[in-house]
Amino acid sequence: MASQYKTSAANRIWRTTANHLASGLAILSTILVIAPLVAIFIYLLYKGASSLNLAFFTQIPKPVGENGGGMANAIVGSGILLIISSLLGVPIGIAAGIFLAEFGRGTRLANMVRFTADVLNGVPSIVMGIAVYSLIVLPQKHFSALAGGVALGIMMIPTITRTTEEMLLMVPNAVREAALGLGVPNWRSVLSITLRTASPGVITGCMLAFARIAGETAPLIFTVLGNQFWSVNLDQPIAALPLQIYVYAISPYDEWHRLAWAGALVLIVLIVVSVSLVRYVTTRGVLKGAS
Amino acid sequence: MNLKIQEPKELGSPETMAPVDGVVSVATPPPQTSEIRKYLLGRGSSSVADSGFRWLMLLCAVSIFGIVALIATELILRSNLSINKFGLAFFFKQAWDPVNGDYGALPFIFGTLVSSIVALIIAVPLAVGVAVFLTEMCPKVLRGPLSFLTELLAAIPSVVYGLWAVFVLVPLLREDINPFLMKTLGWTGLFAGPNFGLGLLAAGVILAIMILPIISSLTREVMTAVPHTQREAVLALGATRWEMIRMGVLRNARIGIVGAVILGLGRALGETMAVTMVIGSRPEISHSLLALGHSMASVIANEFSEASDDLYRSALIEIGLALFIVTIIVNAFARLLVWAVTRGAPARAS
Repeated sequence: MASQYKTSAANRIWRTTANHLASGLAILSTILVIAPLVAIFIYLLYKGASSLNLAFFTQIPKPVGENGGGMANAIVGSGILLIISSLLGVPIGIAAGIFLAEFGRGTRLANMVRFTADVLNGVPSIVMGIAVYSLIVLPQKHFSALAGGVALGIMMIPTITRTTEEMLLMVPNAVREAALGLGVPNWRSVLSITLRTASPGVITGCMLAFARIAGETAPLIFTVLGNQFWSVNLDQPIAALPLQIYVYAISPYDEWHRLAWAGALVLIVLIVVSVSLVRYVTTRGVLKGAS
Repeated sequence: MNLKIQEPKELGSPETMAPVDGVVSVATPPPQTSEIRKYLLGRGSSSVADSGFRWLMLLCAVSIFGIVALIATELILRSNLSINKFGLAFFFKQAWDPVNGDYGALPFIFGTLVSSIVALIIAVPLAVGVAVFLTEMCPKVLRGPLSFLTELLAAIPSVVYGLWAVFVLVPLLREDINPFLMKTLGWTGLFAGPNFGLGLLAAGVILAIMILPIISSLTREVMTAVPHTQREAVLALGATRWEMIRMGVLRNARIGIVGAVILGLGRALGETMAVTMVIGSRPEISHSLLALGHSMASVIANEFSEASDDLYRSALIEIGLALFIVTIIVNAFARLLVWAVTRGAPARAS
């Protein structure tokens, strides 16, 4: 090492060049990373906006060969799926987070739960789809909205658990002690004092989980199957926006490609709005520096 | 004394960001439970409600174990048929013949591995470059928006990437990039054969774009966890900024970066929709990256709903089981590495 840094002029030039080169490469790679993002967004806006109209939101898909039609049933279907999955995932996720932060702090069990949650987060969504298929669809012998909701709900749990835990850990102990000192029972203090204080962060976690599963397609293919018609029956196959985009994207019809782009634009707007909202909430007020 | 005060100003304090899913944040040190609190908890008339609440929360936490166990047992039970029939040979056989009921997973394992490796080769240098730029060089004004943009990449659903890949990336590869690669690197044999645009290379490129955010945000996190004193020490010896980054930051963060890369690999292995749409869906093993292929996840997505007989379905579920086990091992390993690095780190400044 030492000999390499002799203060000869050539050496200094080499080191400065290496410095500039590295800086240039870092900037270049940042540009290369941002480029596809910008490309995707511009193309999506260009393709999607030109094919988006009122019919997209009000009509159900038309048969092949007919122009027009929309994805109203898929939008409603996605909404229903997201409601089912939130009903399952949010309470369990938050409760597990409360356990990690309030009761299990530092215990071996808590560490194992945390680790398992992280690992569950990495399980491919398609595997989740197969598991729910064999758990619910096979015994019932038909596809259903409920099965899709369960698959998505399970996928929400790890994200929500981990954010809830992190947010609760940031609530100062003095707040908990103040509540207990006033004679508030512990469960009440956890729910209406600690959780309440951390609620912006917890909501952030829920929104992030929400944004993630809103675009999930793989676990839906063989749980909800998709549906070209109106259906809000939880026990029947239902349409979902990401699934419809997939089916239309790999179809050979231009009209369907057009609808796929419009659907993708709607999906992205939905997700970007929720992520931006989350970012807005997390970078100000109580949560500054929190996440 | 004064050094401590100027340190965050000089080198930029670690910045705040919204948690991307799958990202382990540097944990704040847990506040100590004080004596007062223990005393107050030991008293009170609501001990039944309290312990009930405690058990309920415990139940929900333990249900996470339950979910993983349930997934594992379901997969094992349903793939029983194929496990018994083919045994371990299943993973070393090339046959995929639903008509005669002969199944082997080798082409899919090959496709998954090749597309993931291509993705890593493209994504890792870029991700580390972005992380270096954002943590060490970026002007403060740009840092927020840029990190937000890279996070946004993580929020785009897989199917939208797939859509974009089918209509933009694949034509681009077919018309411009692939002919160029065939001309310049054709002699390696990696870029030979008919040029469809679709194929292993397309899958690798779209995977690279998709795993970039997670690798770069985790790399940023471990780099932020490197103490400022390390940077100052190297700078004090007269190092240039790049030497400071190389010796002070990257060297200290290398285990964490490896963890981040492995976590990205875990993502790439299990990624389904975008890959399914561009990989070409042909269960073949070819030496060329331009050839059509099939991955473990894509064969399940493509064929599961049409799997008519039990053996066919069970073979597909066995591929799912293999994917499950591999991703669990990869993820657990990566988590351990990242955890080992960020464990002793100081809390992030606000």
